[in-house]
Amino acid sequence: MPGHSGRELARCATRLPAPVRYSQKGMATPTIKNAAAEQGFEYLPLIAGWLVPGAGHFLLRKWGRGALLAASILGMFTLGIAMQGKLYAGAHDILDILGLAGDLGNGLLYLLSRVAGLGADQVQVTTADYGTRFIVVAGLLNVIAAVDAHNLRTGRKS
Amino acid sequence: MFRPSHFAAVVLFALFASVVFGITQRETPRRMVRYGIYCFVLFVGSAVVLSWLMFLIAR
Repeated sequence: MPGHSGRELARCATRLPAPVRYSQKGMATPTIKNAAAEQGFEYLPLIAGWLVPGAGHFLLRKWGRGALLAASILGMFTLGIAMQGKLYAGAHDILDILGLAGDLGNGLLYLLSRVAGLGADQVQVTTADYGTRFIVVAGLLNVIAAVDAHNLRTGRKS
Repeated sequence: MFRPSHFAAVVLFALFASVVFGITQRETPRRMVRYGIYCFVLFVGSAVVLSWLMFLIAR
């Protein structure tokens, strides 16, 4: 500015208010950080994640998380089948109902394995008992992963 | 047919479950790794401790 000395300019500059930084931390409405999460059917990641392990995260472009979840759940299910674990087919008593509920958490993996005739009908060796638990827990972990994808989709989790 | 020992089955179970728990229960990658390791140690550690307890009770 013509007519102003450097000292006056510096004095004016010191009087300027500091730039305000706004933060949404602690505000009532959570921010949806994922741009892809704003489009499409809200429950699609939940359903896709249930049917195919990791697919919910892939839909939300969380490639690393999806790959790790898919590897873990598929690995657990595959090892369960390889150990001759039992795939629950019917609900004869309460334990069978719980086992069937866990197995159904595997989504298409369970259906395809039933169609292909994989898994044992009866547990005859110790490792088959481990395998049965692996299959059930893989289904339960898949449900947790699908719900996590839904939380990412709704913006409840970043 | 895959026939792991009991301990190998515990380690595999703990590994897979810890990965899923870490990713789904925490938000930042650093905290996911830390929580995953924490869960893995708890899974394997509790299995070892309970095994020793059962061994001592059975004697």
